[in-house]
Amino acid sequence: MPIEVQDVWYVYPTGVEALRGVSLTIREGDFVVIMGPNGAGKTTLVKTLNGLLKPTRGRVLVDGVDTRKATVAELARKVGLVFQNPDHQLFCETVEDEIAFALKNFGFPEEEIEKRVEWALRTFGLEEYRDTSPLALSGGEKKRVALASVLVWDPKYLVLDEPTLGQDHAQKEVLRKLISGFLGERAVVMVTHDMEFVVDFRPLPRVVLLAEGKVLANGRAEEVLTDPELLRRASLLRPQVPETLCRLRELGLPVRTDVLDLWEARDIILSARREPR
Amino acid sequence: MGIVEVENLTFTYRGAKRPALEHVDLSIERGEFVIITGPSGCGKTTLCRCLNGLIPHFYPGEFQGRVLVAGLDTREHEIWELAQHVGLVFQNPENQLFCLTVEADVAFGPENLGLPRDEIWRRVKWALHVTGMWELRHRAPHELSGGQQQRVAIAAVLAMEPDILVLDEPTSFLDPAGAADILSLVALLNREHGITVLLIEHRLDLASAYADRIVMMDRGRVVLDGPPEEVLASPEAAKLGVGIPKVVRLYELLAERGLRLPKVPLSPAEAARLIAEVA
Repeated sequence: MPIEVQDVWYVYPTGVEALRGVSLTIREGDFVVIMGPNGAGKTTLVKTLNGLLKPTRGRVLVDGVDTRKATVAELARKVGLVFQNPDHQLFCETVEDEIAFALKNFGFPEEEIEKRVEWALRTFGLEEYRDTSPLALSGGEKKRVALASVLVWDPKYLVLDEPTLGQDHAQKEVLRKLISGFLGERAVVMVTHDMEFVVDFRPLPRVVLLAEGKVLANGRAEEVLTDPELLRRASLLRPQVPETLCRLRELGLPVRTDVLDLWEARDIILSARREPR
Repeated sequence: MGIVEVENLTFTYRGAKRPALEHVDLSIERGEFVIITGPSGCGKTTLCRCLNGLIPHFYPGEFQGRVLVAGLDTREHEIWELAQHVGLVFQNPENQLFCLTVEADVAFGPENLGLPRDEIWRRVKWALHVTGMWELRHRAPHELSGGQQQRVAIAAVLAMEPDILVLDEPTSFLDPAGAADILSLVALLNREHGITVLLIEHRLDLASAYADRIVMMDRGRVVLDGPPEEVLASPEAAKLGVGIPKVVRLYELLAERGLRLPKVPLSPAEAARLIAEVA
């Protein structure tokens, strides 16, 4: 059973139409990346997935259940949302309590809670901060606590809003492994601006481009992220690999440009060189 | 002497087990564009705090060595004095802007220096023009896009006419178009207006092409310091796990297969030009 977003509109009390007829399906095993300019409606969209925001028009079905007919608590067991700003999510006195909080609320047995909290502390490199207040941590560390406190209950759908913000390269690689390892029967939806982070995933994700509350594109990363017109309308910059290939083409080399993989680009360049022009 | 001279600086925050900075030497010439990068916790933010006197005046700890900014020893001069020489721009412009109009935000610094009215106005006008915010001067900062807000934050700092502009990950809250916009503004300020720039940045793919030098830090030490093409292509940089731009990786992959480009490219346009030359 999937998450189905059906012609969803969302209008804030101020009258701002953040979503204007968005439709989208997220199936088990899907890895979907949502990209677009600031103010495109990305955060609003992910908040409708766990019922935090109820659509003004249209509906969101989580495994067949209309989010308007379920509480956030019921939906959260299935849809784990990690906020962009960890300060909006963290409130417990210690990192350990923070990570255990949802498990207690969901009624996990004591023994299981202990096991899972240990796993999360270890996996996210937070063992030394176990008794520290989450608010005393650096921005990057807070992000890891927020992520750990959701991943720990193993939701079927993991929704991440800008998870790489404030993370350095090594931390991003840890995040990449976690996301890849989480997939399979579960699904990940990730909002991000981090183009070079997206293009290094294997397999590549499906990319949804959002602009002015509407879906501009929904397709394979190789198609969407190499299309200059789509990228321009979504205020995104073409990744370095296809940008280099496009520039080469302009200079007269007969190369394909719908490529995100560095090694593939290398081979294309080497063989273009051998072909007589 | 450089506009910034850091000499054998070691600093340990009070209560910390190990130094945040260890034997750091760094010299920045007037007019240079220098990027400081490295994994989180490498000491780059601490180094910034040493330049405007927050260390040692605000953050207590053990301070050894010497930091000179515009010839002033930071231990002997107060933060407000140093702030006239070092302009700091932070990650999130929302934390830096608080007035009702763009113009008022930009005027706030010079007003507090007690400058004459026409001098304040001259500076505000100049800062708004060079940052491209003149047309939006009557707008409220919170109505602007993230990129525009960051432009206002930069204008507010420029109105102080600092000797050096220090930007601490100024693009991390912006979308890609906003980030590219801010970096090209910073490059313009450096190139056209001679402003010295020290940019702390993770996004080396966007920033490297503008820099004269990249300083790479790790665990409180400077481990690499040189032209971007040398630093980014060095084996140490790859080991450090900073985000090496794809065009630099492409240079290396092509070289492994016997296609050596005349130099290490720093942007896709440059990579294409170099490949077309040899292919």
